[in-house]
Amino acid sequence: MAKIRGDIKVDIEKCKGCELCVVSCPQNALALSDGINKQGYHYAVLIEDVCTGCTNCSLVCPDAVITVYREDRKTGKKKPVAELRNVTGDIKIEVGAEEEEGN
Amino acid sequence: MQEIEHHYEDMDIVCERPTALLDKRMHYCPGCGHGVAHRIIMEAVEELGIQENTIGVAPVGCSVFAYHYMNVDMQEAAHGRATAVATGIKRCRPDKYVFTYQGDGDLAAIGTGETIHTVNRGENVLIVFINNAIYGMTGGQMAPTTLLEQKTSTTPYGREAPFMGNPLKITELLAQLPGAFYVTRQAVNTPLHVRRAKKAIVNGFKWQALNKGTCFVEIVSNCPTNWGMKPVESNKWLEEHMLPFYPLGDMKVPSKEELENG
Amino acid sequence: MGELRLMKGNEALAEAAIRAGMDAYFGYPITPQSEVLEYLTREAYKRTQCTILQAESEIASINMIYGASGAGARVMTSSSSPGISLMQEGISYIAGAELPCLLVNINRGGPGLGTIQPSQGDYFQSVKGGGHGDYRLIVLAPATVQEMADFVQDGWELAEKYRNPVMILSDGALGQMMEKVELREQIDRSKHVIPEWATTGKKKDRERNFITSLFIQPEEMEQVNLQLQAKYKTIVENEIRVQEVQTDDADFVIVAYGLSARIGRKVMELLRADGIKVGLIRPITLWPYPYETVSRAAERVKGFLSLELNAGQMVEDVRLAVNGRCPVEHYGRMGGIIPSPDEVADVIREMYSKIQ
Ligand SMILES: Cc1ncc(C[n+]2csc(CCOP(=O)(O)OP(=O)(O)O)c2C)c(N)n1
Ligand code: SF4
Ligand code: SF4
Repeated sequence: MAKIRGDIKVDIEKCKGCELCVVSCPQNALALSDGINKQGYHYAVLIEDVCTGCTNCSLVCPDAVITVYREDRKTGKKKPVAELRNVTGDIKIEVGAEEEEGN
Repeated sequence: MQEIEHHYEDMDIVCERPTALLDKRMHYCPGCGHGVAHRIIMEAVEELGIQENTIGVAPVGCSVFAYHYMNVDMQEAAHGRATAVATGIKRCRPDKYVFTYQGDGDLAAIGTGETIHTVNRGENVLIVFINNAIYGMTGGQMAPTTLLEQKTSTTPYGREAPFMGNPLKITELLAQLPGAFYVTRQAVNTPLHVRRAKKAIVNGFKWQALNKGTCFVEIVSNCPTNWGMKPVESNKWLEEHMLPFYPLGDMKVPSKEELENG
Repeated sequence: MGELRLMKGNEALAEAAIRAGMDAYFGYPITPQSEVLEYLTREAYKRTQCTILQAESEIASINMIYGASGAGARVMTSSSSPGISLMQEGISYIAGAELPCLLVNINRGGPGLGTIQPSQGDYFQSVKGGGHGDYRLIVLAPATVQEMADFVQDGWELAEKYRNPVMILSDGALGQMMEKVELREQIDRSKHVIPEWATTGKKKDRERNFITSLFIQPEEMEQVNLQLQAKYKTIVENEIRVQEVQTDDADFVIVAYGLSARIGRKVMELLRADGIKVGLIRPITLWPYPYETVSRAAERVKGFLSLELNAGQMVEDVRLAVNGRCPVEHYGRMGGIIPSPDEVADVIREMYSKIQ
């Protein structure tokens, strides 16, 4: 099976070391740093290159400090960002209100 | 610790801080669910493209400074009065998306009257209710939603029904009111729950445009600081103690016809 | 000349609110002011499509006012004493967040549930605070049905000029009294200019607006307070309104506002017929208070009577202004009893004989 490549970037100075991302990672790719940031917190770091870009860590992060990257599974190429930006992926809003919105 | 080689350039961003959430360090305690709730609300606003038309109300509670983080027009409200403030705004600016963001003390104790009447009138606003079973801001006193036997600074031996009453399931109560259009209970303790909570919030905003009543999203959340737990432990406690009493899921969903005959 | 009508005070006030382009009214029934809400629910929406909402309580009303004013609307609530007491937290928030709005108190007797009869027992509450913190309301005291109507638009203009809540302090008798009133022209609501600080949705070309009265940093909170005080000083310098009646040659002055001032005028006539030269000072703004006017009179006259429908509240401000230069007494009745001019005249005769 082709490996799905993902990666994360942590905004270290805003991280409070709550560890919620660490336990949410199905790949066990995360840990808290040995060192501390300016606020005195151990911050989240990727410790193994096994990230799949599943977004779990980012979803549970209370401080919105984790950016998740992913490579397209099939082609290995970039996808239009707009297509990927929708975090929930499964939102289907069954309202006929498309026109009314954003007014 | 092993150094990981990053390859951001040849990948796409699939998840990042919404721009509607200002790029600031939030004052919440480490691991507090308020942060997740803030983020998903702002993601919803951003994705729906309604940032220019959204007005938020944050009353007293830990989230009183929500206006420091949410990049939309906002009003701070007196303790318990967020839904009255939201009513005032919505009645005068009916074409805007108005939401409140309230704690359990705010919404289900001091503000119970306003909450019930706002939903009963079916004000076209979104109410986001953060249930962390405790008073966070004032240092961990009993909330209306505090569980039986739960220890807080004012129930040092645990909450006992004969003396302190029972935990209030206000969401179930509100779902009975005809003015409620959409009532649901969600949580933010796992990735799956966060996804669902966000979907609920997106619906809550979106359905405001139908002018058919109040959308109410309860979010079961944690308060690691006043529960006296580490964040990871608090989410476990939430799963084991809160969710059995406050089961997740929709309590009132609009029918297909209601959604179509907008 | 505007349209002339014979109207009750409460209805004239409500009619004036519609004509002044009110965007929203939130209120809760209480005697003796329920006619305001009743009149508005009957008349307002169909004429100007403004919002009229009977709230679940005065607490809800005042917070709806906060929200609507914060969203840039021209808003009003009205109540009577117990209801106004219930609103105090919200009024303090409104003053702290510097939101313009019009509050109407059709004063009834207290304390407690008291009586539905007219009273001026809420003077302290209205002009000395009422709610928590260092704030001021601009307080207008009408004495006629005409003023009940006129002070609505005037009040909003002051409120909007200073971003400050304005209160019309009237009483049950004026609210129920029928008089001829000249009504102003209808203002077109759609022509209101929505202030740029209002929360109307963050447009791309501006920072987000937020309405708050919360300032955690001590320096910041002090700064906000200093700014408020500077604003109040400007109001004191520019907005005092007072009526003087025959004070030029007076040896004695009655100070009275609202309904009491009407009695005061009768008393004045009675005593002048007896040869006692009595004048009347009628504060129209109770805050800012016309201390100067009273003080100037204190240079010449022999004594003052503060005539109030309470146990003696405004008399404290009269004494402050007079500052010991001549005797200042209070006379008032309570419980909804309105003193007769003869009764008051006797009080002054008695007082006057001692200070001769
Ligand atoms: C009128 C009034 N009473 C009491 C308070 C004090 N107070 C501030 S926040 C709060 C409770 C907050 O709890 P909750 O609404 O559950 O929000 P949380 O802080 O848990 O997020 C209380 C009692 C207040 N600000 N105003
Ligand atoms: S994106 Fe998924 S796999 Fe990658 S670090 Fe986060 S949780 Fe782990
Ligand atoms: S006190 Fe509790 S609710 Fe408040 S920020 Fe801290 S963890 Fe969150």
